[in-house]
Amino acid sequence: MSGKPKLYYFDGRGKMESVRWLLAAAGVEFEEEFLETREQYEKLLQGGSLLFQQVPMVEMDGMRMVQTRAILSYIAAKYNLYGKDLKERALIDMYVGGTEDLMGFILMFPFLSAEDKEKQRAFIVQKATSRYFPVYEKVLKDHGQDFLVGNNFSWADVHLLEAILMVEEKKSDVLSGFPQLQAFKARISSIPTIKKFLEPGSQRKPVPDDKYVETVRRVLRMYYDLKAN
Amino acid sequence: MAGKPRLTYLNGRGRMEPIRWLLAAAGVEFEEVYLETKEQYDKLIKDGFLLFQQVPLVEIDGMKMVQTRAILSYIAGKYNLYGKDLKERALIDMYVEGIADLMQMILMFPFSPPDAKEKNLESIKERATNRYFPVFERVLKQHGQDFLVGNKFSWADVQLMEAILAVEEKVPAVLSGFPQLQVFKTKMSNMPTIKKFLQPGSPRKPPPDAHYVDTVLKVFKK
Repeated sequence: MSGKPKLYYFDGRGKMESVRWLLAAAGVEFEEEFLETREQYEKLLQGGSLLFQQVPMVEMDGMRMVQTRAILSYIAAKYNLYGKDLKERALIDMYVGGTEDLMGFILMFPFLSAEDKEKQRAFIVQKATSRYFPVYEKVLKDHGQDFLVGNNFSWADVHLLEAILMVEEKKSDVLSGFPQLQAFKARISSIPTIKKFLEPGSQRKPVPDDKYVETVRRVLRMYYDLKAN
Repeated sequence: MAGKPRLTYLNGRGRMEPIRWLLAAAGVEFEEVYLETKEQYDKLIKDGFLLFQQVPLVEIDGMKMVQTRAILSYIAGKYNLYGKDLKERALIDMYVEGIADLMQMILMFPFSPPDAKEKNLESIKERATNRYFPVFERVLKQHGQDFLVGNKFSWADVQLMEAILAVEEKVPAVLSGFPQLQVFKTKMSNMPTIKKFLQPGSPRKPPPDAHYVDTVLKVFKK
């Protein structure tokens, strides 16, 4: 339709990063508008662009989409990254649900106190290595295929790679007990669209820093008092 | 396919209740297995039933499905409650995700410490009346149709109906500023499958009480 998707969010990862990953993996170019001031956010609110007064918001195909899951599902289906039938969709949804829960523990990390950060880091690594990574390791080992579902590249693969890289940022050798995932990581990283996204200068955002946290708190007037899991 | 879906969860609402609502709305009979002890839960994990060691678990069509959203999406897709195309799906997804955020506050409420309960109740009331209900009021007013999306009964309608009743249990007059939602609630209540689900003796679970909270803490104790 008219033009590229436009993403409205902070200049940082947060909940929008999975959307950036998926669009990039699908080879879809997109524009971004970064929220930097409270006034910008209030203007979006007053303009009625944010259905539930929240970002992420993505303008695409004549819609102003909100709710990360809704946005990701739409993109996955539109670009044939959602399996070939209802049962493959179900598998993809289950796998994405797991990686979303895992990344959720990392999402709040930058907002924690220094002491809680150490607690949370341990929690993330523990959950990754005992609950989540073993599942995907087993899936790949059992079918011996390159991709998680239906022998075809899907949203589930993109989401898992994103999760792996994020956990590695918290503990660099976290994949040491997971040979299948190591091979998966190398394989998916070398897919042309993903390789491009992983290069400097892409729209991938860096690990959130204090400036990001300060911006989010100031614009939303929230998240001042988060605690570790 | 072979046999009814089988739901494994505690004997209470929690994260399974939207699934009960959706299956019931679709006219699908189901069985339930109730977790009452930690041993039962540990056995489920040991036997490899729970992909991420968590419930809800729904055995349906030869799959052991986990992750509430995945389960709901599958049921909605299977029983034609997910719109007619990608854009209607997108609308339904936006609406159910928003409602899920509101329901999450209600889900967590019984587990909040006593000194936080009043504040949390206020938050539920504030969010329902200022963020969520106005959206659906406006949607219904603008198109004047009976259902939220595409002039057809969908997962979004079921989810909204569940949310309205759940909030009303906490804030009885919450619909007083929302005439469209009052009409919507009445219409949904009269749909045969939903009417049946709202009658005593249905699989619908009562509001969580102290016993439910105790069971949750006991079964999922680390």
